[in-house]
Amino acid sequence: MSKTIYLDYAATTPVDERVAEKMCKYLVMEGGLFGNAASRSHSYGWAADQAVEEARKQVAQLVNCDPREIVWTSGATEADNLAIKGVAEFYVKKGKHIITSKTEHKAVLDVCRNLERFGYEVTYLEPESSGLIDLAKLEAAMRPDTILVSIMHVNNEIGVIQDIAAIGEMTRARGVLFHVDAAQSVGKVPIDLGRMKVDLMSFSAHKAYGPKGMGALYVRRKPRVRLEAQMHGGGHERGMRSGTLATHQIVGMGEAFRIAGEEMAQESERIRMLRDQLLKGVQDIEEVYVNGDMEHRVPHNLNISFNYVEGESLMMALRELAVSSGSACTSASLEPSYVLRAIGRPDELAHSSLRFSIGRYTTAEDIQHAVSLIHEKITKLRELSPLWDMYKEGIDLSTVQWSAH
Amino acid sequence: MAYSDKVIDHYENPRNVGTMDKEDKDVGTGMVGAPACGDVMRLQIKVSNDGLIEDAKFKTYGCGSAIASSSLVTEWMKGKTLDQALEIKNSQIAEELALPPVKIHCSVLAEDAIKAAIEDYKTKQSSA
Repeated sequence: MSKTIYLDYAATTPVDERVAEKMCKYLVMEGGLFGNAASRSHSYGWAADQAVEEARKQVAQLVNCDPREIVWTSGATEADNLAIKGVAEFYVKKGKHIITSKTEHKAVLDVCRNLERFGYEVTYLEPESSGLIDLAKLEAAMRPDTILVSIMHVNNEIGVIQDIAAIGEMTRARGVLFHVDAAQSVGKVPIDLGRMKVDLMSFSAHKAYGPKGMGALYVRRKPRVRLEAQMHGGGHERGMRSGTLATHQIVGMGEAFRIAGEEMAQESERIRMLRDQLLKGVQDIEEVYVNGDMEHRVPHNLNISFNYVEGESLMMALRELAVSSGSACTSASLEPSYVLRAIGRPDELAHSSLRFSIGRYTTAEDIQHAVSLIHEKITKLRELSPLWDMYKEGIDLSTVQWSAH
Repeated sequence: MAYSDKVIDHYENPRNVGTMDKEDKDVGTGMVGAPACGDVMRLQIKVSNDGLIEDAKFKTYGCGSAIASSSLVTEWMKGKTLDQALEIKNSQIAEELALPPVKIHCSVLAEDAIKAAIEDYKTKQSSA
């Protein structure tokens, strides 16, 4: 059996060999780099502290901010929690209204839902069918008691890029804080925090060829953003996030972000070509729809609905490809992707969707193989599909009386 | 999610895929489910003069378990009387295919398809 081709880089990436090699040095006795960065009294502690600060610079450099604005966390989920809850609690006297969007990651949506239990009010903006937020609608949603806007940079399912620079202008002008979940964008598209008026930004290491269990939150110093800490116990990270620093993880994130900074432009170009090859390869199949805007989109992502074929059976047919589906048939909810729903895709198209995400180790041969497999399996599954039959007979499926179950 | 060998077998080699003439009075057609829910099954039976199901065909839009459930029931129905076919229960389908709890609805849908096809056949016969 041939090995499964990995096309799920938006879920996670492998750690780059160069990163893994460097990380290992910070784990073992040999070399004396395993120390606790908070140990101020001996060279082991100093060495670890130096490594942590070097990594902080590497992360800061990729997004053009001051290293002192980077707070280490266990991942983007923790960074989102710290940003949103931290702001909500600190600025509660100013107001209790937060604005976000329906297509945010669950790490933002679930935090907001939880805040609603504590009396906060949350507006969930509905994006346009392109997946992009209409800035006029955002502006209209802002109120005197709005304290925070949280909008992701790049969507994890459909890869569309929000205009965070423009949103930052709007929020800053109104004295509202702006948080951006950049887990899917950092290392893929340029981020310049020196120019963009973003106040808080969440990062993940493992989406950018670093280790899992590692992330960071950018917290702006000028104008200063205050947060209520969510993790107490020692006052690490200037009181914003306690806990012994995971030196090897931090070093790994730093190295991964350094590599991203050096190779991003070239890599994105190569990946864009592969994505276009994939899109071109499947576009001659009938009834194929791309989900999300193609222009404002990271090159790594392609989310496609193959009408009249159900996503999970398609994934089963494409077992040689590691991809993910917007059909939630695998979960207990039986509800298709909330992101595709929010951009107005009918449920049947959401059920028929696959997300391909391309990365550092994807080759043209991989894509070629994927394209021929997709052609073969779509044909097979459509021969099995009563909906395809009806479509071919010219029956408008929206006029059929279905027995929902 | 890991599929049982039987689900994979039916999925890879579905039995009795096809379409019968739905206008034929000896043919009963049952279509259940909805595209918005992610599964639609169409089950057709052809009944002989002596009341036996002599052929069964299906087409299914849905996950692997839905395809396997419908493929399995076409095998089980053949050669049975209508009353015998109506005795096929979703629990038997789920057990045979070792369906996990989140996939039980696929077997329920297959049972519904059997009932719908037989109902359609009976309606046609009584109006003929």
